[in-house]
Amino acid sequence: MTDCYKPRDECGLSSAIKDAATAKMPLVVRGAGSKSAMGRPLGGYAMSLTTERMRGVSLYEPTELVIGALPGTPVSEIDRMLAKHNQMLPFEPMDHRVLFGTSAEPTIGGIVAGNVSGPRRIAVGACRDSLIGVRLVTGRGDVVKSGGRVMKNVTGLDLVKLNCGAWGTLGVLSEVIFKVLPKPARSLSVGLGGMNDTTAIAALTAALGSSFAVSAAAHIPASIGSDSTTIVRLEGSDGSVAYGARELAKLWRSFGRAELIEGDESANLWLRVRDAHWLAQPMDRSIWRLSLAPSKAPHVLADIRQKLGVRYFFDWGGGLVWLAVVDADDAGASVVREAMANTGGHATLVRASSEMRHRIDVFEPLPPAVLKLTQEIKKCFDPDRVLNFGRMYAGI
Amino acid sequence: MEMPPLDPAILARRSDIVAALRAIVPGEGVIDDLDGMRPYECDALSAYRQMPMVVVLPETAAQVAAILRYCQDNKVKVVPRGGGTSLSGGSMPIGDGILLAMGKFNRVLEIDYANRCARVQPGVTNLGVTKAVEHEGFYYAPDPSSQIACSIGGNVAENSGGVHCLKYGLTTNNLLGIEMVLMNGEIVRLGGKHLDAGGYDLLGLMTGSEGLLGVVTEVTVRLLRKPSTARAVLLGFPTEAGAADCVAAVIASGIIPGGMEMMDKDATKCAEAYVGAGYPLDAEGLLIVELDGPPVEVDYLVERVADIAKGRGATTIRVSHDEQERVLFWAGRKAAFPAVGQISPDYMCLDGSVPRGKLVEVLAEMRRLSKQYGLRVVNVFHAGDGNLHPLILFDANDPDELRRCEELGADILRLCVRVGGVLTGEHGVGIEKRDLMGVQFTEIDLDQQMRVKCAFDPDHLLNPGKVFPQLRRCAELGRLVVTQNRLPFPDIPRF
Ligand SMILES: Cc1cc2nc3c(=O)[nH]c(=O)nc-3n(C[C@H](O)[C@H](O)[C@H](O)COP(=O)(O)OP(=O)(O)OC[C@H]3O[C@@H](n4cnc5c(N)ncnc54)[C@H](O)[C@@H]3O)c2cc1C
Ligand SMILES: Cc1cc2nc3c(=O)[nH]c(=O)nc-3n(C[C@H](O)[C@H](O)[C@H](O)COP(=O)(O)OP(=O)(O)OC[C@H]3O[C@@H](n4cnc5c(N)ncnc54)[C@H](O)[C@@H]3O)c2cc1C
Repeated sequence: MTDCYKPRDECGLSSAIKDAATAKMPLVVRGAGSKSAMGRPLGGYAMSLTTERMRGVSLYEPTELVIGALPGTPVSEIDRMLAKHNQMLPFEPMDHRVLFGTSAEPTIGGIVAGNVSGPRRIAVGACRDSLIGVRLVTGRGDVVKSGGRVMKNVTGLDLVKLNCGAWGTLGVLSEVIFKVLPKPARSLSVGLGGMNDTTAIAALTAALGSSFAVSAAAHIPASIGSDSTTIVRLEGSDGSVAYGARELAKLWRSFGRAELIEGDESANLWLRVRDAHWLAQPMDRSIWRLSLAPSKAPHVLADIRQKLGVRYFFDWGGGLVWLAVVDADDAGASVVREAMANTGGHATLVRASSEMRHRIDVFEPLPPAVLKLTQEIKKCFDPDRVLNFGRMYAGI
Repeated sequence: MEMPPLDPAILARRSDIVAALRAIVPGEGVIDDLDGMRPYECDALSAYRQMPMVVVLPETAAQVAAILRYCQDNKVKVVPRGGGTSLSGGSMPIGDGILLAMGKFNRVLEIDYANRCARVQPGVTNLGVTKAVEHEGFYYAPDPSSQIACSIGGNVAENSGGVHCLKYGLTTNNLLGIEMVLMNGEIVRLGGKHLDAGGYDLLGLMTGSEGLLGVVTEVTVRLLRKPSTARAVLLGFPTEAGAADCVAAVIASGIIPGGMEMMDKDATKCAEAYVGAGYPLDAEGLLIVELDGPPVEVDYLVERVADIAKGRGATTIRVSHDEQERVLFWAGRKAAFPAVGQISPDYMCLDGSVPRGKLVEVLAEMRRLSKQYGLRVVNVFHAGDGNLHPLILFDANDPDELRRCEELGADILRLCVRVGGVLTGEHGVGIEKRDLMGVQFTEIDLDQQMRVKCAFDPDHLLNPGKVFPQLRRCAELGRLVVTQNRLPFPDIPRF
């Protein structure tokens, strides 16, 4: 086991990082480690740093719809606290434990570092959209704040978004603040069966182009279960959900007979979509996550399936594709990336053996000008390259 | 307002620079005569004016790239400009720099209903995007009051908001992709029609960067389906506090209205005189609350909002009965700035943002400050998200009034920060709030922001003198070690 810094507060965090920077000693940054098998493997570092002792809700004003927390706070603790006031984190973060088969509780710092979002992302935005303020400690050991606790804020450069999804390569977050939403009074799903990928995406597109309170849209093809399911979730007041369900059934008439899915059955279905449940087993498969324009998804999938045996499903109305492939050769990297090449989107290898993640690019390779900016930004936050060095890209 | 000193060596080379620009942008695209440049002398913060060295109006990204590469090589400063409606001096020219006006980038390039997005050039107006898609029942959500004049490129640079941002988000939440040109002439594409970044969220960083990091040459925005119904409710209260309380109570009840705006008595009077919206003139605080969605939902929400308002002592409750009346309710609010302009030679519009629960306290304290400085303050603002727009009335021809106005403005913004808020909610820092940045940020915070600026523009050539109260050389920032929040050289000149 490697040695580990376990700072109790921001001050301790800053001195730990300053120590490491002075010694030019790279650190592996962890929350609780639920996603530690994600990204490029960080081999051979003497030290790690965990935020597990920096926990607790630092600010919660239910009437203001604002919550702030220290980075090591388990997401479940935040969910529980919000639920008491019938509120929620809008972006429905996925729980990576299902895919990784791990048990350590995901922390809110890890969620922000990965910009982790779920099915509701298409309706209310990603983690980065709900995140309104951060404090962080840079690779220099500097304590920096950006954003705040107010809804609207354009004061200075937005380092909040820059750090959301940077996987801890720029700074270690020491506090994160979100705007939250009331839980919808009602939630139900409307589903269609028997659709192929192309018609399914067309049906989801029609639903998303409506004004019927759609909060999620997914397609699980027949290859996953016994029959395909094309589902849309409606959320809002009783009246608007009932209205939406009625109108959507009408809108979908040309696609087939819409079926209502309510209560736990609906909720469980969306948990499975959120956590990519259907692809978790067998554990030795590599898992890809593709973000692309929804209209391109069926074509890209057809292309990939001609060359690779895959299991897959669509979230975000087709804009997010989850793929499981055999962890051999290059885990499908060349096929997937070639199929994605003209879409403008990106593909991330979420789960694979450490050997595989070492060998191929885990995150989407960057065009030269963007890579150069990325390197410069890394340098200006973490000149001694002590924070998660190499986790996203070689040299970053 | 102190700006970086003019560089005589650059000014001496003006004719070479103009000739070089003419070689890149032929014909009428380069303006170097005083009369021609006059319209570019200021933005909507018109108290501050400055003629640029030369104005250039490129038409293609390749021209922008060639201009920036030339400027980088020759160390010439550049100020990007869209519609020139910035209220913070963001697009105010600098005397030894080029004004890069993006007005010719005015085409809608692609509308993609299947992926619910539009790809447009940055000079297209905000309203132009909605106009291009409304016949299909779609719209672009962020709607600054300046939407007939401001450009999408300017919206990206300022991360602009509007009345409907309470429910639908700011520019940053509705932006999918951009093409931009870096100071070294490289053309970079960020995002596209997909969601979220594969690497660092550079799109998020660019949004609201006030023209300091790159020049935006193409924008892809998200389109939304128009809600099937929208109704507006006018709520009049006998006290300002009652109105502010009602705002907090609506949010606390779990309702997120499409928009929730507040006007004080003076603003209401001005707006009523200007457009005749039928506002109650006895109300000390007036709210316009818009509720949207399917008809059943809207009926239900209207009733709940009315109930909450009654509980807070509302004396006027009027619900719009048709689209015409809804638009009329808004007409007064949308014209509030020019309406206030009718009663005072000049006004200064502030943009502080505070926690919604502090509205009552902040409004009261603002009244006290207004008395103390002997200047009237009129309030029209985005109450739903706590974004204040106090308008300080003054006469710019009276130097003492101008001075008092600036001081009162600074005090109000300090007050915003003190209660947990920020200097600017949507108008940007520009030159206007630049020198107050230290109230909200430590030197360490600002240095880190400046280092990010250096990653894009190591010579501080793009829009210099804006946003940061002190410019430090990038090389210096690279090694600067700050101890105990004190700078090693506190007395070096600010620029
Ligand atoms: C090599 C390795 C293997 C492991 N294997 C297992 C296992 O098989 N089963 C198991 O139960 N546990 C395992 N753990 C421990 C487990 O990973 C932790 O419980 C878990 O990390 C916590 O998850 P998290 O959501 O907090 O995010 P993490 O997985 O810790 O972090 C996700 C990403 O966010 C970054 N990050 C986290 N917090 C911050 C922050 N505050 N600021 C900036 N960046 C941050 C991380 O650097 C990382 O890039 C392993 C740990 C390691 C190091
Ligand atoms: C009456 C009135 C009402 C207003 N109401 C609102 C409101 O409700 N909400 C709100 O948010 N704002 C409002 N504003 C402020 C202003 O309209 C916005 O800030 C707007 O986004 C500015 O757009 P513009 O095209 O006019 O930009 P400009 O004023 O030309 O420029 C603004 C900034 O953007 C930069 N910039 C412009 N184009 C580009 C480009 N292509 N690439 C890189 N940088 C660029 C400039 O350098 C400058 O820093 C209002 C202004 C007025 C006058």
